[in-house]
Amino acid sequence: MPKTIMTVDDSASVRQMVAYTLREAGYDVVEACDGVDALAKIDSATYNLVITDLNMPRMDGITLIKELRIKPKIRFTPILMLTTESQSEKKMEGKSAGATGWIVKPFKPEQLVTVVKKVIG
Amino acid sequence: MIDSLQQAFIEETKELLAELEITLLAVEDAPTDSELIAKLFRALHTIKGSSSMFGFDDIALFTHDIETAYDLIRNGKLGVTKHIIDLTLLARDEISNMLVNTGSHTNINEENTKKIIESFREIVSGYNKTEKKQTKDAVELQSSSNNKSSEKHHHFHIRFIPGKDLFLTGTNPLMLIDELREMGSMVLSAHFDKTPDFIMLNPEECYCYWNIFLKTTKTLDDLQDVFIFVADNSELTFENISNEIPKDFEIDFTKLQNIISQNAQNNTNDFRSILKEYFSVQKQEMQSEINAPKKQAQASNGHSEADSVSSIRVSSEKLDELVNLVGELVTIQATLSQVAISNNNNDMISISEEVERITWSLRDSALNIRMLPIGSTFSKFKRLVRDLSNELGKEVELSTDGAATELDKTVIEKLNDPLIHIIRNSIDHGVEAPEERIRVGKSSMGKVHLSASQSGGNVLIKIIDDGAGLNKEAIREKAIKSGIISETTEMNDTELYSLIFAPGFSTAKKVTSVSGRGVGMDVVRRAIEGLRGSVQVSSELGKGTVITLKLPLTLAIIDGLLVKIESDHYVLPLSSIEECIELSEEDIKKAHGRHIVNIRGKIIPYISLREIFSIKTNRPKIEQVVIAKINNHQVGFVVDQVFGQHQTVLKSLGKYYKNVEGISGATILGDGTVALILDINKLTENEEIIENNF
Repeated sequence: MPKTIMTVDDSASVRQMVAYTLREAGYDVVEACDGVDALAKIDSATYNLVITDLNMPRMDGITLIKELRIKPKIRFTPILMLTTESQSEKKMEGKSAGATGWIVKPFKPEQLVTVVKKVIG
Repeated sequence: MIDSLQQAFIEETKELLAELEITLLAVEDAPTDSELIAKLFRALHTIKGSSSMFGFDDIALFTHDIETAYDLIRNGKLGVTKHIIDLTLLARDEISNMLVNTGSHTNINEENTKKIIESFREIVSGYNKTEKKQTKDAVELQSSSNNKSSEKHHHFHIRFIPGKDLFLTGTNPLMLIDELREMGSMVLSAHFDKTPDFIMLNPEECYCYWNIFLKTTKTLDDLQDVFIFVADNSELTFENISNEIPKDFEIDFTKLQNIISQNAQNNTNDFRSILKEYFSVQKQEMQSEINAPKKQAQASNGHSEADSVSSIRVSSEKLDELVNLVGELVTIQATLSQVAISNNNNDMISISEEVERITWSLRDSALNIRMLPIGSTFSKFKRLVRDLSNELGKEVELSTDGAATELDKTVIEKLNDPLIHIIRNSIDHGVEAPEERIRVGKSSMGKVHLSASQSGGNVLIKIIDDGAGLNKEAIREKAIKSGIISETTEMNDTELYSLIFAPGFSTAKKVTSVSGRGVGMDVVRRAIEGLRGSVQVSSELGKGTVITLKLPLTLAIIDGLLVKIESDHYVLPLSSIEECIELSEEDIKKAHGRHIVNIRGKIIPYISLREIFSIKTNRPKIEQVVIAKINNHQVGFVVDQVFGQHQTVLKSLGKYYKNVEGISGATILGDGTVALILDINKLTENEEIIENNF
């Protein structure tokens, strides 16, 4: 059974790029456009990984990570955050909120797949 | 948490920058030394790699182009030039700036960084142009040799102790281990000894940890990349143990795994020692077939590797804590000895003697841990001398000896600024311009020599230059002009030379950016005295100057003179004490109430500690005067009773009393009473101020 990944990003282009790349790599992908949307969709399936952007309207990535970590179902699920080079302090903040790791934007599709493979195989 | 990590990064990078500087200067002398160049590259690479991790993206970005250039140099595609070294030194300074100015970019000279980056890009693009002209053959040759080098196997011992909260970040440690497994062949041992009893067990926490032996063609960086997401809350060590593995030995991983599984279930040391034993047995077996000299060479190789891993890094607070505790122990031990003797219990006396012996050797080794060789400070000055002589248009060569001389860490740290001042002065005032040197028959290259040596409980640091020497007349004239001495004051050479340390003194004809503001040497003397040391100057006109700093080996213990006033004990630092004499009521009468004593015809002022501490009881018929030398002047301190030499562990007075003037600390005596340690410099200063005001 293919693994299921949720990608959360307010930028449609980034989200689609992520979704496309991961589907090509053989994963199932569910898209959400911000933290609130992600929380609404999170119970609908069993996810193996969540990839979230940090800067988003309504609910930002850090808050989302904290929210997800208190859900028993998601408590131990890997969460990757998308950061830019200039957001390193966010990287740390995200880590202490419970993120598993990070992917630095801009990234190439194969880099994304490498990191995802690293985390969930 | 984030702050402390960043702090650790800043510390580490500072060290890397210092290393970078030393290596750069060394490369200047040996531009083809591939090991040094590899070291440069590694330092730059680490700085670049870790800075983006810790939020110093500007550093990462800035270092990138420099790293590219050094990558070319490392691969022999570019030669090291003075230009490159100059640029890298500048870049090093910029990185250092960026490190300090996190968050705000106010103090960073963006134009400078831009210029440096552009220069490096030019260097790199210059190479790329010539690169294209190279024949295909050469390129092929290079790539084949590259392949060969990348095929080299490394053997790592990796210890991975994940943080307890590992699972809560969604990390599966087995994925990381699988990732490692794909990099080569490995032997693994999982340890469960940290797992608590069932009743204490929190299933959400990770208690397991791993020891891994990996044979791989990948580099240390690649291995570290595997753990990049968990590195900040896990304990990770990577040790390259390739030297321990016999050459051309085919490791049977299945067999090794069996040995490990059977024997190393419990802890890291087992794992490591089993590996060690396994390989050394293999080595012996193989070497018994090889001739002796080769064996020796390999053994010494292995030894140096072992040396490099046998040191650990400990924060200095922990050391301070240890020294403090040992100090307490020394005190308790003294009490124990006293009790044992007063109870006249032979069994207890012999035990207390044993405890005493161990306590003192414990104290010695604890203090010894804080000792560092002064060499690292010395090597920093190479850069200073290089920059200064460039700036002043002088040619100066710095030589050092006694770099292995050890001093307390605190002393070394506080020595840095005074030494900079002295060296600046030597180069600015001492060493003449090249033309002048040739005119007086010296070689155009001036010499500054730094030497360190141990003498008893002190370390002597000498700064020797072969410059013009001190001009006694000029000093005298200047001192009279600035009102430090009067025209009639008679002085010997030592006293005259020590005038250069007087506040507001400067004989330099003009103020340069380097020296001449007349604040330098004054600060030097105060800093050295703050370390309970002293400064001495000797000089010969036309030949040069020698400045000698005498410093205590450590600040943690003090050799003191134990005295008593009424019922209270005090300790005076023994290093500045010359003699003790008696002071009778008759002597006081003779002096008509003035605080002076006559010692062998010399009039010496004294300070009555009884008065200073407002001890109102009657003084004994015969008091004692302790004569100390302060700033080349003799001053007496009157006490009731002198007990003699007393070596004590210095303790701070704590937050509330640390600013009390005239008291530098306290110590606990054998019977548990507290004795205050007097700061006689400060006491004298205060007394002078009072006198001058009247």
